[in-house]
Amino acid sequence: MSESAVTAAPARRSVSLRVQKVADVVIRSIVPVVLALVAGGIVLLALGRHPLGFYGNIWTGGVQGSAWQDSAIRMAPFLLIAAGLTLIFRANIWNLGYNGQFLLSAAVVSGYGPRLVEHVPLWLAFVLLFLAAGAVGALWTLVPAVLKAWYGTNEIITTLMMSFIGIDIASLLIKGPFHDPTTPLPQTAVVPLEKMLPPIPGTRIHVGLLVAVAAILVVHFVLTRTSWGLRLQIMGANPRAARHFGIDLKRLIVVSFLGSGCLVGLAACADIMGLWGYIRTGWDPAYGDTIIPFVFLARLNALAVIPFIAFFAVLSTGGDLAAQQANLPTDFIYVLVGLILLFMTVIEYLGRQRSLGTSYLPPGLRQALRGPRGFFRKKAAA
Amino acid sequence: MILASQVWTQIFWTSVIAGGLLAGLPLMFTALGETISERAGVLNIGLEGMMLCGAYCGFLGAYYGGNQWIGYLAGIAAGALASLVMVVLCVWLGLDQIVVGIAITLAGEGITSVLYQTRFSGSQPRLGNVATAPIPLLDRIPLIGKAVNGQTPLFSQPLVVYLGLAFAIGLTWVFRRTNVGLNLRAAGEKPEALDAAGVSVVATRSYAVLATGALAGLGGAYLAIAGTGGFQPFLTQGQGYMAIVIAMLARGRPLAVVAFSLMFGIALSLSTLLQIAGINLSTEIVNMLPFAAIIVALIVFARRAYLPPALALPYVRGAR
Repeated sequence: MSESAVTAAPARRSVSLRVQKVADVVIRSIVPVVLALVAGGIVLLALGRHPLGFYGNIWTGGVQGSAWQDSAIRMAPFLLIAAGLTLIFRANIWNLGYNGQFLLSAAVVSGYGPRLVEHVPLWLAFVLLFLAAGAVGALWTLVPAVLKAWYGTNEIITTLMMSFIGIDIASLLIKGPFHDPTTPLPQTAVVPLEKMLPPIPGTRIHVGLLVAVAAILVVHFVLTRTSWGLRLQIMGANPRAARHFGIDLKRLIVVSFLGSGCLVGLAACADIMGLWGYIRTGWDPAYGDTIIPFVFLARLNALAVIPFIAFFAVLSTGGDLAAQQANLPTDFIYVLVGLILLFMTVIEYLGRQRSLGTSYLPPGLRQALRGPRGFFRKKAAA
Repeated sequence: MILASQVWTQIFWTSVIAGGLLAGLPLMFTALGETISERAGVLNIGLEGMMLCGAYCGFLGAYYGGNQWIGYLAGIAAGALASLVMVVLCVWLGLDQIVVGIAITLAGEGITSVLYQTRFSGSQPRLGNVATAPIPLLDRIPLIGKAVNGQTPLFSQPLVVYLGLAFAIGLTWVFRRTNVGLNLRAAGEKPEALDAAGVSVVATRSYAVLATGALAGLGGAYLAIAGTGGFQPFLTQGQGYMAIVIAMLARGRPLAVVAFSLMFGIALSLSTLLQIAGINLSTEIVNMLPFAAIIVALIVFARRAYLPPALALPYVRGAR
């Protein structure tokens, strides 16, 4: 009897530990979102808007009826960008040039797309366009990648600058070689509606979403089930140790950069060929800026990104309607996303302190807060 | 074509420098702030958000207060307030500086846009011209002392311009010759040593980040008050990121920050100037030039932008 108790106890403990662990992760992921929505509600109240009405409209505009399909359509580029960012952030490299990579690829796709779909079989045109977009996105990370790999140049600087350059070049391309001669507006020719990415049968959602989900799965597989992914994580955790193990850091940096840029480029192709059909100068959705928080919320886990991106797609689709109804600019979504990020870091901190069993305050601050008595005593002693 | 145009007139060059000053000053203030914070070991990616907060509150202050100085003070206060978030989360609690910075940028972009559009979207009020203070004697120099094309003349800038340049020189002195500067540098180079010397790393970094926020707020306020004469959502258009680039390229030297800011400022104002001079270069190419130049310089010289070793690392006493 006592034997069975001894053997059963560890098993039960491990199960309860696992449950606790999962619960912990869920709490740490959901609580920041809830707190951000509450804080955003307070901001809404301060602006004289009704928070519950606003959030209700997000639900109506993002989920209810067939609105969930609009959200799902937005998910395609979001997921692909999230995959690209997850990949590169795992290596602890900051690719902040996603806007330039995205727009340049989008310009190339909408420049060649309308002509290509007329001249080659449709499936081949899609494959070629996806390949071209991926190649352009990857190409645009090459300079930061090489500078980082060989000279250790800070990639935040170089990717940001390449991003600014890329946005300008995209604008030049749209005004120049890709300009639609039939219109005076600075925009490309439009892909005919019947030649865009076909919908998934039974829905309005284009197949770009399937491409995106497949990309997420591939990234997850590569990161968690291959030696390359392991090497990438070792480099991200400790580059010195990685070099000590004999990992070729230069190649790893360049390849992870190219992969990240390629995925961002694919996102541009999915967005243009699935949703917009053309591009205009000055159009810069800056998707990546708002996706970064959710990549972190998912703790750089490619699979966990999917629910967060779904949530954000609903938030941004429904947010458009809600903001319109409340007579607010859609930029209010930026406030919510910023708040989510802030609360996330705080919750992360509290969780870490709790699991370490230490005080929630860092030692320096605790000392400072110990009150004026201690402070004065120290002075008197000196 | 270029030779025959007006590029080689003195008028053109005067307005290039004056335009560069006007467009470069917000960058200079913000990049000086980033220099302080980077020296102290805090990478501030939230500059864009802090600039926007400063720009909006600076605009509010100048609009309702009726005085540019009230505007600048409001901008400084708003920037410092925004950076307080960073002080608490990054310096006191040691959270990830890049994530918090991105959060501040996003929230700053969103809230200023929402506030402006809910209150002013119908009226879009403009601010009056900013009073300028001519430098005695220098403003009487023929040709370069005169106003050109409605630009403020070179030696007759708003007072805050002179204050900013003086501040940069003062900052060089602080970094090189004072204990405060030494403490700041130690907080970024080797915080353990600073701690061992009996100076609080947390306090040093807190003041540095607050100063950064104040300067970014001032930069934003200058952009709104003197630069564009009003506020628009997303007014800064990536200038906060440009300031980070400038600070990293200047490797912590305030006077190099001034030089790089003027260079970027000239590039930012060049497209309108070239049109005045009769050269039709597309805006995109002109906008690209400074970034392309830096990328080429990085490729050719393979120069590392200097960063303090403890940058972006939270300091925990006794941790290794």
